[in-house]
Amino acid sequence: MTTAQSLITIGIIALGTVFTRFLPFWLFPKGKPGAAHRGISGKGAALCCDGPVGGVLFEGCAPAAAPYGPAGADRRGGDGGPACLEKNTLLSVGVGTVLYMLLVQLVFV
Amino acid sequence: MLTGYAFLGLAYGILMQSAGFPFWYPALISLVVYAGSMQYAAVSLLGAAFDPAGAFFLTLMVNARHLFYGVSMLEPYRAAGKKTPYLVFAMSDETFSVNVSACPPEGVDRGWFMFWVSLLDQFYWVAASALGGLLGRVLTVSTKGIEFVMTALFVTIFTGQWMEDREHRPALVGLGASVLCLALFGAGNFILPAMALIVLLLLVMRPALDKMGAVR
Repeated sequence: MTTAQSLITIGIIALGTVFTRFLPFWLFPKGKPGAAHRGISGKGAALCCDGPVGGVLFEGCAPAAAPYGPAGADRRGGDGGPACLEKNTLLSVGVGTVLYMLLVQLVFV
Repeated sequence: MLTGYAFLGLAYGILMQSAGFPFWYPALISLVVYAGSMQYAAVSLLGAAFDPAGAFFLTLMVNARHLFYGVSMLEPYRAAGKKTPYLVFAMSDETFSVNVSACPPEGVDRGWFMFWVSLLDQFYWVAASALGGLLGRVLTVSTKGIEFVMTALFVTIFTGQWMEDREHRPALVGLGASVLCLALFGAGNFILPAMALIVLLLLVMRPALDKMGAVR
């Protein structure tokens, strides 16, 4: 791939990402909320103002809900005491990668 | 947030550097694409033959989850006025999860609060990617095996979802369809057919899955 081709590829990936992020805003024009939109955004609003649980999520655990999307975030809120997976996720990725690097560099040379 | 972005961003920069790209590549991609998992997937795309259509469809598949984030943020992001376009552009997994539950202190405008969360997050990500790209070159320890960070990230996300959810059939569909397509199409071409098969199977299974959800 030439530099120009790689820059075009990056542009296309950027466009695709923008498309998936903006599409809901185009599909549900202002003032015409669809049923699906009302249902989910209601959950988000409840999560926001859900006192202590919202606070816990915001304080440290919010990123842990990320891979699970809005439904996951909501479910965590509903549990009352969401487990803080963020540090574990990072730890797992970090330890796993270092272990793999050691194995391929020292053991399976 | 800073720790998470610093670690994954650094690893991304180092990975890009070890794939032969100068440091401004990861920095530029983090600036204009700003979607962690897709950026990792793009490392191999950029190293392969030029395939714009394939790159576009893979981006749509990997980032399809953003549709659900957007639906949840329609009202709060629209209420932010002129800041809306940037807020939507910068809606990464982590930024979404902070902003969806953001309850700024009294007297603080929620729009500005979300704007600064988004901007700081992207700044961490771009800076860490650039730093990784630079460090990769001067690093004296071997970075052989660093590409495993991507596998580790996806395995961790998958394991987390598996433990979180009582309903394991969608995950099993994903695994089964991927293994089948890997056997049929080989490692170079299995992702798109596997994703198409997963979507198809989940659509077919949807009534049954909805029923389970309603019972719970």
